[in-house]
Amino acid sequence: MKSDIHSANFDQKNILLAHGGGGKLMHQLLENIFFPIFGSNPSKNGLDGAIIEQQNGRLAFTTDSYVVDPLFFPGGNIGNLAVNGTVNDLAMCGAKPLFLSVGFIIEEGFSVRILKEVVLSMQREAVEANVQIVTGDTKVVDKGKGSGIYINTSGIGIIEHNLNISPSNICPGDSIIVNEDIGRHGIAVMSERGSFDFRTNIKSDCTSLASTVMNLLKLGVNIHCLHDLTRGGLASALVEIAQISKKQLKINEDSIPVHDSVHSACEILGIDPIYVANEGGFVIFVAPDETDKTLKILRTDNRWKNAAIIGEVSDKQDDLVTIKNVLGVERILDMLSGEQLPRIC
Amino acid sequence: MKFVDEFRDMDVARQYFDQIARITTRPWTIMEICGGQTHAIVKNGIDQLLSNNITLLHGPGCPVCVTPVESIDKAIEIASRENVIFCSFGDMLRIPGTSKNLMIVKAEGGDIRVVYSPLDSLKIAKQNPDKEIVFFAIGFETTAPANALTVQRAKLQGLANFSMLTSMVLVPPAIETILASPGCTVDGFLAAGHVCTIMGYKEYENISKTYNVPIVVTGFEPLDILQGIHMTITQLEAGKGEVSNQYSRAVKREGNQTARNLMNEVFSIINRKWRGLGEIPESGLVLSDSFAEFDAEKRFDLKDVEVEESIECIGALILRGEKKPPDCPAFGTRCNPEQPLGATMVSTEGACAAYYQYRKHDSNVLKKPGE
Repeated sequence: MKSDIHSANFDQKNILLAHGGGGKLMHQLLENIFFPIFGSNPSKNGLDGAIIEQQNGRLAFTTDSYVVDPLFFPGGNIGNLAVNGTVNDLAMCGAKPLFLSVGFIIEEGFSVRILKEVVLSMQREAVEANVQIVTGDTKVVDKGKGSGIYINTSGIGIIEHNLNISPSNICPGDSIIVNEDIGRHGIAVMSERGSFDFRTNIKSDCTSLASTVMNLLKLGVNIHCLHDLTRGGLASALVEIAQISKKQLKINEDSIPVHDSVHSACEILGIDPIYVANEGGFVIFVAPDETDKTLKILRTDNRWKNAAIIGEVSDKQDDLVTIKNVLGVERILDMLSGEQLPRIC
Repeated sequence: MKFVDEFRDMDVARQYFDQIARITTRPWTIMEICGGQTHAIVKNGIDQLLSNNITLLHGPGCPVCVTPVESIDKAIEIASRENVIFCSFGDMLRIPGTSKNLMIVKAEGGDIRVVYSPLDSLKIAKQNPDKEIVFFAIGFETTAPANALTVQRAKLQGLANFSMLTSMVLVPPAIETILASPGCTVDGFLAAGHVCTIMGYKEYENISKTYNVPIVVTGFEPLDILQGIHMTITQLEAGKGEVSNQYSRAVKREGNQTARNLMNEVFSIINRKWRGLGEIPESGLVLSDSFAEFDAEKRFDLKDVEVEESIECIGALILRGEKKPPDCPAFGTRCNPEQPLGATMVSTEGACAAYYQYRKHDSNVLKKPGE
């Protein structure tokens, strides 16, 4: 079905409790917004779920919930995030994303116009990532019991190769490559929050990684491990990989790409970009003889011009991440305890 | 990045390390005052790269760490009340009070908002005319002008639903207390650049003279700190005890006169209890009589209470520079940022938090370059 918001004949301005109540209003919402935009309608066959043909290969299955505040930020909104986040989780398993489910929890009184905008963004991203939104659910909660809108998406992808892409597969000497400069999503979201009165030209890096990973696989890169750099940033991803693989990762602080504006914002706020969230960033581990090829493939994509080697897997088996700073001193990189907070003075 | 990268240049840093080693003929102990400097030192491994006869001690300059338990308990009492929106810097939420912290109050239903600037609490006050808005004003001379401006604006705008719980402190009396303590081993100080940006450094000249101790106003980047150490040792080796200014790109001798005038108008100086250091004469700021109507302690009729601090936490000794975080038997075991025994483990500027974040796994991976 063609996605066309103009086909929506829906004159409600705000979401009412009844839009989640299973009655006529809910069906109006489905038929005027969700079905035409997502181009799918599992209930037209009288079914409560989408029927998926048997797939030839291993399947990856993931779920994530999205509660971002604010709902709109430079470079995206909660809808873009909800599709790309789950698509990227599948891509990080080395899977080609196929199908998504979407669950909306909407607060009573939420603007229908904004809901349409969010749903349209979701569909755009889904088309971009070549994934279908095939089933969903809507609930409406009393005013004051939600924060506008929460979205959950689950995704199924197919693994069409025999590689074992996982932290346990990394080897001493492997290069650690990051696909882009880090920290843009976190800074974009922070700049939009009322409590941080600063402006920046930084936009969220929110984007789909599916085509990138599929391309690397297609061109024969023997990927050892992939990990996206979402909450907790680059640092948390690396620490997680070190802990699971029981191998030491050695990182050069100088090699980590950081955009000047992100760097400036972090300096002003007193936070470290290595802990700041990304929504299009990932690390890839490959053998040394595949490093150049991997970088070359990544850099053919305009989004990944800043891809860089940031370190390597050491032969020490001590599950730590060490980072060498500009003065040449190594220190331990750890996950954060709680949130990063701006400095007081 | 301009104005930052220049101060992190490795080649220049190496030259400083070499020069410092060359001019140092005997052991010296230098205390950096500010928690931001402590973090820069530990994060960049500056203490590890210095020659062994230079000891860096971490001073009391973490605003969150020196806020006494009594103030935290008062904050908890106010924040727990119905009809109050309590505004605070994020760091304060996890500091343990006597029985709980502000994070727990928030989970119990207290309306606690994390703000980045005290002025944000005025916006909240305007948006919520039927609520009492209280800002938790902690910190040193650096944050005091913004707090002063906030109260001044509240008065101008007639915001009767706004008040401030103050626990602000001044650095020079703390330096004097450390110097006057019989156990003091500090030979020289790196004064906090940001504090001096506001206050200048005239006040330090008397201290320096009285105790014949070098005090070098120092910035926060690795090269700032190295130059500050170099300037301190140069004085020590020459037997001098003077105030000098490394952070001249931001600090003038007389400081920021506008900010100081504002502070003088809004605040009076009182004796203040510091966590770890006890009561220090004339070391705190409180709202002056003409702004007393904005004093949250008066508005909520809070009583003064005395509270015993945790017996196990050695934060007091750390804030006085008598111990380092790894000296504590609870460090990294019973005390960690998730379950802190004391404030020095909580704050992003606390010495224990710095050691925990950067050094917790200790010596096997921490080595000097080239080893």
